[in-house]
Amino acid sequence: MVRRWFWPSFALPGAAWLVLLFLVPTYAVLAVAFGTTDPIFSNPVPVWNPLDWQFQTMRSVLGEMRPGHTFWIVYVRTFAYVAISLAGCLAIGYPVAYYLARHARRSKALLLLLLIVPFWVSYLMRMLAWVGLLLPDGLVNRALQELGVISQPYGWLDGQASSVILALIYGYVPYLILPLYAVLDRIEPHVLEAGRDLGASPISTFLHVTLPLSKNGILAASVLIALPMFGDYYTNDVISGSPRTSMIGNQINLFFQGGPQRTVGASLVIILSVMLALLMSYYLWVTVRASAQTEDSLL
Amino acid sequence: MKRVRDWFANPWGQPRALAVITWTYMAWSIVPVVIAVLFSFNDGRSRSVWQGFSLRWYWGDPSLSVFHDPSMRGALEQSLKLAGFDMLIAVPLGVGLALGLTRWKGYGARPVNFLMLFPLVTPELVMAVSLLLVFVLLYKIPLGTEAQVLGQVTFSISYVVIIVRSRLLSIGPSYEEAARDLGASPVGALRLVLLPLLSPAIFASFIVVFALSIDDFVVTDYLSSNESTQTVPIKIYSGVRGTTTPALNALATVMVVATLAAVALAFLVYRWALRSQPGQQGALKEIAALEA
Repeated sequence: MVRRWFWPSFALPGAAWLVLLFLVPTYAVLAVAFGTTDPIFSNPVPVWNPLDWQFQTMRSVLGEMRPGHTFWIVYVRTFAYVAISLAGCLAIGYPVAYYLARHARRSKALLLLLLIVPFWVSYLMRMLAWVGLLLPDGLVNRALQELGVISQPYGWLDGQASSVILALIYGYVPYLILPLYAVLDRIEPHVLEAGRDLGASPISTFLHVTLPLSKNGILAASVLIALPMFGDYYTNDVISGSPRTSMIGNQINLFFQGGPQRTVGASLVIILSVMLALLMSYYLWVTVRASAQTEDSLL
Repeated sequence: MKRVRDWFANPWGQPRALAVITWTYMAWSIVPVVIAVLFSFNDGRSRSVWQGFSLRWYWGDPSLSVFHDPSMRGALEQSLKLAGFDMLIAVPLGVGLALGLTRWKGYGARPVNFLMLFPLVTPELVMAVSLLLVFVLLYKIPLGTEAQVLGQVTFSISYVVIIVRSRLLSIGPSYEEAARDLGASPVGALRLVLLPLLSPAIFASFIVVFALSIDDFVVTDYLSSNESTQTVPIKIYSGVRGTTTPALNALATVMVVATLAAVALAFLVYRWALRSQPGQQGALKEIAALEA
């Protein structure tokens, strides 16, 4: 007989680690955001007892999120950038994943290897590569001048929204393709053959069989890359560095690395986390409902 | 030749357009990195205009090359050191957690299972901020190497749990039960049966944790103290906008080569270790599924 404490004792160190270094730190953000500030050094003074929490910082931060105020534009911009980047990633990633899963034959191993390479090249190395290409005398500007598209070097790195969005797409699309590929690869060929046998054209087979079967995969992969994009500040810093393109992540980073107002920064972290938690629960709700429907239709 | 002619006759016939998109994407994803690597061999100070081949930025230059600039060497050493500690701590913790959570049916397992998922979906910035605040305000842990290791292990554990647990579920409880029926103690069954069966997953965990640690920027940067605890990604971040030399490209290249070499070596070792066990899942596949 295995003793009752035998298996729990294996989980204990890891579980304790997560409580001490994930759960308690999360609470510390709340204690700082709802805490007070040292009047002399303007350091944050955390308030650990929830009964003593102060809400004026959160109230003023939320006030700044109203249309027309400081944080409003940053939030709108972040949502716009993430939405456009996500659409771009799907536009590139879905066809690639589809081709890999359905049509690549002899080249499949090579393509899969090429697909994984970006995972082993550091994210910032990949950004460094683009900065080199986009410099005023970089290859992109020289090629465009050579072709006569532009006469003067274009300032790609001087706070252009388009550069930031392209960099986000470049950075995150590999993380979208791999899970999408896994989902598309799992679709049984005979399901598609059934569609064709019943008289559907290739396009209508795609629209009525493949696409619905990969819907959950699309959603999961999108959530998977949208979550880190919302907290991204380094892509923006590296490619633009201008407040004209700053996102929520840049705003938070500013309060922690630059300014003394960590209480405000902590409030912004909480608002971001709540938003992402809502996004996650929507995703979970959709998937749970979808799997319930599949079970119903099978019964 | 026939294929080329077919292509010209009907470039939009399935799946040629898809093939073109796929190969264009592959080129687009790899070529910029290759160009950045090439410029690390530039003879001049420019990162964008080619001035001839040299190894100046690797060790030729007496003060600015990767080999001779103490801050660059330091960054490389710090990156590898953190990766080593992260692997040594996160993998055992994660394996233990995976074993415990799969076999333990008590009512404490559910909340831990739930908690374990959070580091996977929390943006790094949120994690970095909370760790910074708790270290400074509550635990009084000085920023620097210790803090960086604690932070990296925290986000690495969950990946190990996922890898090991999926393997545990595919193994099932029967081998272990057979060992127990034949008189092995719980520890004996674990050591003689379960751990050998888990070794591919444990091996894959080491590689994934290595890659996570080497690539990490946000948490490592928030918990760094000064120049001496900067890693390669931090060095790239702080140098990329300035008037830096191709030495930065060289530093990044060294890291990429080291990572690819480690992965290739690991893959070969894995293949060699599994040569007598047919029907195992490929490590590459396991890692690929997990990196996402």
